Amino acid sequence: MNVRLLYFARLREVFATGQETPELPPGIQTLADLLDWLRQRGGVWAEELAAGRAYRVAINQDLIEQDAVLHENDEIALFPPVTGG
Amino acid sequence: MKIAVQSEAFDLNAEVAALHQANPKVGAVVSFLGLVRDINEGQGVSTLSLEHYPGMTEKALAQIVEDARQRWEVLDATVIHRVGALQPTEPIVLVAVASGHRGDAFVACEFIMDYLKTRAPFWKKEATAEGEHWVDARESDDRAAARWGGSGK
Repeated sequence: MNVRLLYFARLREVFATGQETPELPPGIQTLADLLDWLRQRGGVWAEELAAGRAYRVAINQDLIEQDAVLHENDEIALFPPVTGG
Repeated sequence: MKIAVQSEAFDLNAEVAALHQANPKVGAVVSFLGLVRDINEGQGVSTLSLEHYPGMTEKALAQIVEDARQRWEVLDATVIHRVGALQPTEPIVLVAVASGHRGDAFVACEFIMDYLKTRAPFWKKEATAEGEHWVDARESDDRAAARWGGSGK
């Protein structure tokens, strides 16, 4: 499955990339699977996405508050809690 | 309804006038103007940089206005949020709500602002004499949004 991953603000800087379009290995079907896969990169990925760290996830531009099944070409964004206004 | 994310300044008077001039049903317009302060947590801020998530930002703001319309009488509304580099004293956000009566206009304006602070994908980075840093989200903003029911996140 191919997805588009976007990173914003502090996470964009820490991950040193704003976006990537990985082909996910078979077996990665949910958001939780994807986050585990990203944590397995180690380093800042494991650190920033560790349990208890504050970050938000949007799938296709909607905030997601629980696990979700991923689909081909989904746009998945990871970012810190928002601070506008 | 007007939703705009822009780097340029906006004209508060013109935006408020546009909400009521052509609609005699409007009896009240409440506007909120947010400004860049020069002091945040004890350090002088020289520049505030606003990053956002193009596409999602506009969608999230439109949804917040729609949520307000479901709860109160909102005849029209304008939300303008600036992005890019801003200096202290500059306007950063405008929320203006037109209604038949002041009660709905006041409460809908506050609701939109509270939800904007916790649901619209903007991030502030402050530059001070000590360097740059990302602004942390405030729990008080989550609590303000949670007052309205729902998670506020």
